[in-house]
Formats: sequence, C-alpha cells, structure tokens
Amino acid sequence: MSAGYHIVVCGGIVPDPLQTLEPVAGPAGPSLKNELMLPAVLDPWAAHGLYEAAHLAKAVPGSKVWLVSLGPKAKLQQVMMTVAQKVPFELVVLDGPGGGFTESSDVAGTLADAIQAIPGLDRSRLLVFGGWESASRAAGSTMQQVGERLGILDQFQGVDQLSIGGDGAFQILERVEGGKHQISSCAGPPVLLGWATGSLPEPPNNPQVGMVNMRTVMPALQRAKPAKVGAEGVTFSRVALPAQRRDTRVVKDASPDEIAREIVEWIAKK
Amino acid sequence: METILVLAHTEADGSLARSARETLAAAQSLQAALAATTLSVGLVGADVQAAADRVAACGATRFFGVAGAAFAQSRYATDALAAEALCREAAATLILAPGTSRWCRALPGVAHRIGGRVDTHAAGLSAADGAVSIVRWYYRQRMEATMARTQRPWVVLIDPGSVAPWDGPAGAASLQMIDVEPPPAALRTAVTGFLAPAADAQTIRPDADLLFVAGAGWTKVQADGKTHAAEAADLILTFLRKTQASLGGSKSLVDLSGEGQAVLSFMTHLNQVGQTGATPRHPKGLATCCHGEEPHAVGWRFISERRAVNLDPNCGWARGKADVLYVADAFAVMAKVNALLAERASA
Repeated sequence: MSAGYHIVVCGGIVPDPLQTLEPVAGPAGPSLKNELMLPAVLDPWAAHGLYEAAHLAKAVPGSKVWLVSLGPKAKLQQVMMTVAQKVPFELVVLDGPGGGFTESSDVAGTLADAIQAIPGLDRSRLLVFGGWESASRAAGSTMQQVGERLGILDQFQGVDQLSIGGDGAFQILERVEGGKHQISSCAGPPVLLGWATGSLPEPPNNPQVGMVNMRTVMPALQRAKPAKVGAEGVTFSRVALPAQRRDTRVVKDASPDEIAREIVEWIAKK
Repeated sequence: METILVLAHTEADGSLARSARETLAAAQSLQAALAATTLSVGLVGADVQAAADRVAACGATRFFGVAGAAFAQSRYATDALAAEALCREAAATLILAPGTSRWCRALPGVAHRIGGRVDTHAAGLSAADGAVSIVRWYYRQRMEATMARTQRPWVVLIDPGSVAPWDGPAGAASLQMIDVEPPPAALRTAVTGFLAPAADAQTIRPDADLLFVAGAGWTKVQADGKTHAAEAADLILTFLRKTQASLGGSKSLVDLSGEGQAVLSFMTHLNQVGQTGATPRHPKGLATCCHGEEPHAVGWRFISERRAVNLDPNCGWARGKADVLYVADAFAVMAKVNALLAERASA
C-alpha cells in the first residue's frame, strides 16, 4: 500500500463576516440581497479543516489534499485568489448556489458524487474533512450525509485535534458539552472529520504556493460541472433579521466605584 | 397526522439529561396541536430502563430501547445504528431529538439512511392547520427563519435551552427492547476519555447565570504605554471565581495565542463567542474590552440582559446591542467590582 493520505476537504463560500446581510424573497425561495455582490470568504471552519489537511499532508509523505467546493463559479474564482495562496491543494469545483437556504442533503449528494469521481482516490487512505457547521446554513448536517453516501462509518464533529500514533491509529479530540473534549481512538482511514477551530493559525499568504495552485485552480473552474442544489419540499414562511434593538443607556462620566456598584447590584438581582 | 418519536440517549449514569426532557415537552405540545398524532419514545444507552421509567408518565404510547455496552459510548457508527433501528421500528414520520453533541454527530446521517431530511438547531416548534413548522437561525444567528417541510421522515434536533423541560412523575415504563448487534466495522472507534480543565480551572459553565466576555482590549497597550496581561488575567479570573460566571472571548482575543502576542493563557477557542464560536444561553452577559461588532455580537443572541464596559462610546454595544454601556476603563471597573464582591462575600 502506498504511504500517505488522500485528504479531501469540503468547503463552501460564505459572505464576509463583516458584511450586513438582508434576506430577500425570490421565486426559488429566500436568498441574500445582492448575494453575488457580497465579498465572500471560504467558510471559516472549513478553512480550518483545509489548513489542518495541509499540515497533515506536509507531515506524512505521499499525502495529497483536494478542496471540493460548491458555489457560484465567479465567486469561487474570487475567493481562490486568497485561499490558493495559503496551502497547496488541488481544486474540484461544483458550480451552483452556495447560500444558506439550500438543502444540505442536495449539497451532500453533489459533494459525494464529486469525491467519488476524483481519479485515483484511494478509499483505504481517505480522510474527508469539512467544517463542523457552515457560517451560512449553520446546520452541521452536510458532512454526515456526505459520509453516509461514501460509506464512512467513523465520523467525528467539532474536531480540534487529530493525532496519529505509531501504529497509524488516529486519536481525535471533539468538542462536547461543558467546555470539554471527548478523546476517541480510531483504527485508521477511511474517516470523516468536521473541524471546529483546530489548533493551527491561519497560514500567511505565500505567492509561490499561490502560483503553483493557480495552475490547477483555473482549469478546475473552467471545467466545473453544474450542481443541482435547491430547497425542494421546503417552505419558508418567514425570514427576517432579528427585530430586537435595545435602547442602550450609555453611561459616561461615572466613576469606576459608581459603575462597579451598579454592576454588582445587577449581577446579584434575580 | 404524524407519528412522533422522541429520541434520547442516556447519560453515563443512566439518567436523562434536561435537554431530553425539553424535547419531550416540545413533542407533547406538537401532539396536542395535531390531530391523530401518536407519540413514542426511543432510548439508547448502556441500560435504558431507568430512563424509560423517568418519563413513563409522559403520555407516550410506546417506549423502545436499544441497550448494551456498545451503546454506552458517544460514537457515530453505533449511535447511528441504534437510532436507525428505533426510527424504523417506530415507523416515525417526525423524529425529535435534543441537539446534544452526540445526536448532532449521528442523527444527520440517520436521516439519510431512513430516506428523510434533517434540520438542526431548532429554537422553536409549532403546529398550525395540521402542519409542523420550526424556527431556526441562519448565517450564524444573523437571521431567523420559520420553515416547514413536506418530506418525511423529518428529523429535528432541538437546541438545548429552547423549551421548558417536561417534569412529570416517574413510573414504570413497558419497554420494547430492539436487538441491535453492531458489526465489527462499527467498532473501529472507541471513546478513550475526556479532556477538561481541572475543576477550579474550568471557565466554561453552561449553567451559569452570567456570561463574562473578555475582549482583545485587555491585552492591548494601556494608557501608561504598557500592556498589563498579568493584571488582566488576575482581574478576570478573580471575577470568575467570585461569580462562577462562564467565560467567553472574542475571536480577536483567542486568535492572539496563535500569533505569539501577549495572551490570556486560560482563553482558548472553546471560549470563543460569536460567528465562528459558540452562541451560549445565559440570563445575563457582561462584555469588557470588546467592541461588540456583529461577528462577535451574533453570539449574544440568547443572552437576555446585556451590559458592556468599553472606553469607546461609539462601539457596537452603544448601537443597540447592549442595555447599558459603561464608558470606562475595564481594569479600574473590574478591580472595584472584585473588591465589592469580596466585601459582600465576607459580610
């Protein structure tokens, strides 16, 4: 058996966190106002998964990383200008809507089909990574459905760490209730991990990495297959921004003593 | 008409968590609102009889269980196997479950197996004119939607803390056990333990009345031209110890530890509140040295009363995100707060 892992990272694009979002109703269901104009980024937790994948691939010779991404082709191209400079990967593009109001089961089916179509993918060395929850639909349900379609029974969510023992077994830390991590041991691939933040910082931009990546990114964008993703069977009766806006009392010119007394009384009040 | 199945797993001691009883209450409300709808309960764990007895009087017509050593662990393969068996046995059209980490991991996959659909983080459920709808948040709590589905089965995971729990009397449940034998392929993963800070170092307290958020301002250069990270740490930890508040942080603060800057060593990504962090539920929240911008403030969606301390009178908190903004130096304020708390404790 060849050494190294085949690591496939699934990651969509989401609006930049600092953007103001407004829902609008359309014939196909709700979407975001001016969605295609909004600056986009790679989904944050999926991005962490990508950095972890690259880190692992660098540590284990013979490994390779793919990024499978579903989104409008033009937006993906913009996002790749930045992402491609971070870590080495081969891009697989699915051209379709990337908003939060699409069905996770549709997205999972499209992703799984694309993964299975990757030439030379070795299931015995396969690690499927993704974000625990997206910053759009925020369901945390897509990756599990991808795993089911691929027949992967060893799945983990909210992952912050993956370690490999001398015998090739994995040790995985997942976030659970109460600020704790659950430690699990798994015999080896194939596995599926939905990453949380992980433990690596965002890599700095590396133009050399970018240039190597772009040699495959542009052809991938050009041959992107259309993805049929929608929200069939779902009815949204209301989509709205939270109406609550507090009438903030701004306290200036009060001494720390006065402020502290007020805070302590407020904390104590049941 | 629906066939509702409430799916719950037991805790390590065989009991049912509060979130399971919350889900049961939600199911009862739906059953009452829908015609000709039945309610069943499905339980998974090492031993489920005690859990079944705890909710025996909930009005469910049937109680199912999958039990055994293999199902004691929070593990995708065996949890999915057990839940699938329960869903099929109950022939459920609507499967409600608490959004615990264990069920959030497994049930989306189960939805696929049974040919259904799944929605998670439901913050409310209702029924009108025979149709069930749920409320859930999108774009990391930046917008709220009410939605319904035609597809069945429909698996709905309910966010803990969204519904008041069922609190009826215990009884004796007639449990129908389903025999599920995990194949070797389902046993490649084993839970070997948990990693948690020492009890006195644990800063995440989901049941705390107060969320205390420390922002990046604590580690910045102060008016005297110096950073005071050690003093900041002492003030924050003292406050947490005295109030037993839960600690949250902003992304900018927790990211500092990965960038080699002055940090608060006890602050990790698990403490992060906001768009790429947690959205905790606490009655009160106090933000300090934090700008209250949208990517962080969305994590405060379920904090009822909010106050903030910040030197910037135009920060996000001032613009409708907090009830009170104290324009002041958090170092000075929190030192006074801690002193007052100590006085009260010794009085």
